[in-house]
Amino acid sequence: MISQLFVLSQRGDNIVFRDYRGEVQKGSAEVFFRKVKFWKDDEDGDAPPAFNVDGVNYFHVKVSGLLFVATTRVNVSPSLVLELLQRIARVIKDYLGVLNEDSLRKNFVLVYELLDEVIDFGYVQTTSTEVLKSYVFNEPIVVDAARMANLGPAAIFMQGTKRMPGTAITKSVVANEPGGRTREEIFVDIIEKISVTFSASGYILTSEIDGTIQMKSYLTGNPEIRLALNDDLNIGRGGRSIHECFHDMSHPIISELHNVIWLLCATGYSSSYGSGTVILDDCNFHESVQLDSFDIDRTLTLVPSDGEFSVMNYRMTQEFNPPFRINALLEEAGAFKAELILKVRADFPSSITANSILVQMPVPTYTTRVSFELEPGAAGNTTTDFKESSKRIEWGLKKIVGGSEHTLRAKLTFTQEPHGNITKEAGPVSMTFTIPMHNVSRLQVKYLQIAKKSNSYNPYRWVRYVTQANSYVARL
Amino acid sequence: MAPPAQSQRSPSPSQPSGKSEVSDLKLQLRQLAGSRAPGVDDSKRELFKKVISHMTIGIDVSSLFGEMVMCSATSDIVLKKMCYLYVGNYAKVNPDLALLTINFLQRDCRDEDPMIRGLALRSLCSLRVANLVEYLVGPLGSGLKDNNSYVRTVAVIGVLKLYHISASTCIDADFPSILKHLMLNDSDTQVVANCLSALQEIWSAEASTSEEALREREALLSKPIIYYLLNRIKEFSEWAQCLVLELVAKYLPSDTNEIFDIMNLLEDRLQHANGAVVLATIKVFMQLTLSMTDVHQQVYERIKAPLLTLVSSGSPEQSYAVLSHLHILVMRAPYIFSSDYKHFYCQYNEPSYVKRLKLEMLTAVANESNTYEIVTELCEYAANVDIPIARESIRAVGKIALQQYDVNAIVDRLLQFLEMEKDYVTAEALVLVKDLLRKYPQWSQDCIAVVGNISSKNVQEPKAKAALIWMLGEYSQDMQDAPYILESLVENWDEEHSGEVRLHLLTAVMKCFFKRPPETQNALGAALAAGIADFHQDVHDRALFYYRILQYNVSVAERVVNPPKQAVSVFADTQSSEIKDRIFDEFNTLSVVYQKPSYMFTDKEHRGPFEFSDELGNLSIGVEAADNVVSAQRVEANDKDLLLTTSEKEETRSSSHNGSAYTAPYDGPATSVYASQTQLIETAISNPASAGQAQQASLAIDDLLGLGLPAAPSPPPPSPQLKLNSKAVLEPSTFQQKWRQLPVALSQEHSISPQGIAAFTAPQALLRHMQSHSIHCIASGGQSPNFKFFFFAQKAEESLNYLVECIINTSSGKAQIKIKADDQSTSQAFSTLFQSALSKFGSQ
Repeated sequence: MISQLFVLSQRGDNIVFRDYRGEVQKGSAEVFFRKVKFWKDDEDGDAPPAFNVDGVNYFHVKVSGLLFVATTRVNVSPSLVLELLQRIARVIKDYLGVLNEDSLRKNFVLVYELLDEVIDFGYVQTTSTEVLKSYVFNEPIVVDAARMANLGPAAIFMQGTKRMPGTAITKSVVANEPGGRTREEIFVDIIEKISVTFSASGYILTSEIDGTIQMKSYLTGNPEIRLALNDDLNIGRGGRSIHECFHDMSHPIISELHNVIWLLCATGYSSSYGSGTVILDDCNFHESVQLDSFDIDRTLTLVPSDGEFSVMNYRMTQEFNPPFRINALLEEAGAFKAELILKVRADFPSSITANSILVQMPVPTYTTRVSFELEPGAAGNTTTDFKESSKRIEWGLKKIVGGSEHTLRAKLTFTQEPHGNITKEAGPVSMTFTIPMHNVSRLQVKYLQIAKKSNSYNPYRWVRYVTQANSYVARL
Repeated sequence: MAPPAQSQRSPSPSQPSGKSEVSDLKLQLRQLAGSRAPGVDDSKRELFKKVISHMTIGIDVSSLFGEMVMCSATSDIVLKKMCYLYVGNYAKVNPDLALLTINFLQRDCRDEDPMIRGLALRSLCSLRVANLVEYLVGPLGSGLKDNNSYVRTVAVIGVLKLYHISASTCIDADFPSILKHLMLNDSDTQVVANCLSALQEIWSAEASTSEEALREREALLSKPIIYYLLNRIKEFSEWAQCLVLELVAKYLPSDTNEIFDIMNLLEDRLQHANGAVVLATIKVFMQLTLSMTDVHQQVYERIKAPLLTLVSSGSPEQSYAVLSHLHILVMRAPYIFSSDYKHFYCQYNEPSYVKRLKLEMLTAVANESNTYEIVTELCEYAANVDIPIARESIRAVGKIALQQYDVNAIVDRLLQFLEMEKDYVTAEALVLVKDLLRKYPQWSQDCIAVVGNISSKNVQEPKAKAALIWMLGEYSQDMQDAPYILESLVENWDEEHSGEVRLHLLTAVMKCFFKRPPETQNALGAALAAGIADFHQDVHDRALFYYRILQYNVSVAERVVNPPKQAVSVFADTQSSEIKDRIFDEFNTLSVVYQKPSYMFTDKEHRGPFEFSDELGNLSIGVEAADNVVSAQRVEANDKDLLLTTSEKEETRSSSHNGSAYTAPYDGPATSVYASQTQLIETAISNPASAGQAQQASLAIDDLLGLGLPAAPSPPPPSPQLKLNSKAVLEPSTFQQKWRQLPVALSQEHSISPQGIAAFTAPQALLRHMQSHSIHCIASGGQSPNFKFFFFAQKAEESLNYLVECIINTSSGKAQIKIKADDQSTSQAFSTLFQSALSKFGSQ
């Protein structure tokens, strides 16, 4: 049960403020903003997504530089409220095409209209863009997408390859194209965020892929869609099925009964994991997904509703080939000096190019000066910086072609003699990057089938892959 | 609504900056009000937008009420909506003008477009003006019968709004029973869900005054309703599913078949992409299987993967909400998660609130097989740029060391921390080494060698300094420089700002003196002099006390200040298991995120959307209902110790530790020091046979110092015989409240005689027996062999209550008793009475 919902700009201005139940004082937005702003001083670190001030619970999520906030006095499910805030942000984005402060300010009346239908007296009514369409009458004022800074996973495609119709992703689900007709198209994005930790000796300590299959449909008439994944896809390690039944060992009859169901559920899974199989640790699905034939042919059937949503989220810890190898060497070079060599090697095919690479490394706090030495020919592609205030080195590369290796040399000057082991005072090296048209898990969409309305009906289908770094770290 | 600071705001079309504009707007609205010119709706839209944006940023535009209402005569639905929004916001402060809107809203409620009907009805109910409720009943009644489901969903919530404006109007119009009918018959699941929300709120509020509402609320948990909702679960929206699941979590199935049916039905909900649905499902599974240890464990295994997937997908905020719940499960059953420890490693870019949870989980799941890897990982964080996290990582290493038997490698790591020469690392490590030595004195040789190399000048933080000083005093015979380091610290007495450090310094110098008198004598004299002159009360008192006891007898002083040590086996837990259980009961609520039970942060009426399974709410009230099967099962469902018995054990363990803490070698914070000293003096000086009575001891210390010390509370006069009121009465709700508020005064185990067990054919027999001793039962339940009772008693002629939780296991013949009392000082006497009454059971 939510009492108020408001959206604040980064500076703390109310862009929309809706009071549903009148149980929380009006100045709550200010109380909230002050608390979040000064959290570092009062407590420590960042303000958690849920906190309590004088009996009022404040929830917030940050989306595109905006703060979506809900308040309540009731001891509600935090997960429900945070999911809801995130969903509201997504619904607004579906409507406005682009979600940022500017578009929200221009369309705040529309947002009020949406908020009125999404929540009534604190209770969620619907968050389906599809359903909302019939209740919401304001036309979105579309903000020029080209002026927009890169925000969210959709933006990555715009810089990647020319094949991507970049603006389509930022298209509103209700606004029509300038020509007056909407283009029939559907976007399926396989986005994988990878986390890898390398030990000082280059050994992989932990690795995980968190993937999601996102869909954004601009198809009229809600046709059914079939999405086929790898045949050899396995779910659950050690043969665990995604369907499991509970049974009580002490009741043999019940147990037998449930075993039967269990076996039925499990028949679709082959128990042999060949070298080429993709094994997911676990996955979950959007409500609209029918899994009837998933066990047999790894096909997801769904009727996509309007707007953007995740068809499937998955998690994988099966070993994979990390796209980059990082090598860092930090050595003392005389009194008050040290030398650093950073090497990054791209371990993927040369047909693929990674972009927006940023390598960062904290250096000892008593570092005063860093001079960089680049490899020949790197000038146009590379930026280097020493952030004095946070004592970290930043090495940016626009592009890295598969198979290549890049090196950065730097000389560090200190104000004091390092005590003990200098590598304990610096690092770890962390890296962010985006690799379009590449996925490390080998999970694939084999085909995307749209139920045909007529022979001439042939909508655009975009299936795209991208790999991003989540936490990509090498220790010293 | 106070306007936020305007000055920083840049002017933008949606955010006008001046208040002078309000009167301007008023004029413009007036001009448009009567106009029928083409395009007037567009101009109105622009004006309305301006008004709403003023409203949003907190400028008071209520003065435009009349004009806004005049302009509302339009067929433009966008305009209508803006107008409704405005009216809803200001009707409450303009009740007279609000009457103006009733007319057009009522007319719209009969519009042929269901959208308009719904909108108008929603706005009508949102006016929140008490004297207008008479106009609501009619439109609501027809709205509930509307053939359009959108109007019905709005009308159902409208009933709830009406209830909040005027409960009696809502009840008199018989709306709750209409909602109940709709809930069970409507074809639209959102109507059903709204009915459920509304009825829960209405009946919960009414339950305190109306028997019928109480019954109705209970009836929501009846099998037919639960099954009806469960069978349609997939038709509900994901949010409504959460609502239904929350209700199902409170349902008590009659047998195990039912439990398995429900679980198998809900199994696929665990694969939902919405974390709220998954957590609500997990709560159902947890609650259903509490009494089935094997299956409960199976549930833990089953939910692991979905939870981990949710943690790593979605936004950081969503994953935090799920992680908090994973955290509580890990804390309850760490062994189930011990092989998943790598999932709890911190990522460098995670916010600190996530890292903190993960560090606690890593600490909890550490066992023989993974400790090495976990500690290695934690040591990496110790060099983290995020200093608070680095500190907590070091503390985590320490905690793991304290819970493991093989601490060999960990001690080495800790000592390496000391060699890192980072101030905060050294500080944290010192505190840990001290705790480690209190538990494992056998490591002193290795530790002391390293600690001895630390220059006390490099240690600034009070806690760390105190730890270092304690070690200097404790191990002064092994540290060559100890007396001299202490001496230099005493010389800088005036520069030491922390009272805690000065207290430790006094004690350390004393200890050092007993071991190496000639070297320490000077320092001791200086320390005592400085201490007696100290403005800090505790420091002054302790110095004076040392001085006098040294004067009295040096060997007695040594026995008091530096008695033989006993290693600390378990450090007291910061959170009692009772609180942990309560948080677990409130799974999938904020209690889990805050790590506090709801009563600590919320008023009673806001505890939860459907809060009535309070501890005692689950038990049957009164004696006569004790044989009710349902209530018996409720107790069982409430009985956490069936799966994870650790909680109860922990409590008894930690309370027994509190008893033995007096002989522990560490002189903790000032308050407990008194306790330890008082008892030691007693044993040292008077050495009476029964050393349990602190009252006597505090008298002894008064005599010794000849001062009226403020620290010891004046002892209450001994009460030889406690008389209980045989006709005591206590409201169950009062009991509940007290039980929650009062600390446990006594916790004991007591054996029941074989005759007693034999007489224990039915719980009622015991209840009657206890009543004859003026101890009354307020709630009871359970199934053989476990029975749980809540008793209370009142002191005769005084309204001081004693509350008892008594868990009887008939197969072991043991009774576990927890006593809480208004007046703590008499709880011992009451306990004696209670036990004698219990022991007489069956012997008459």
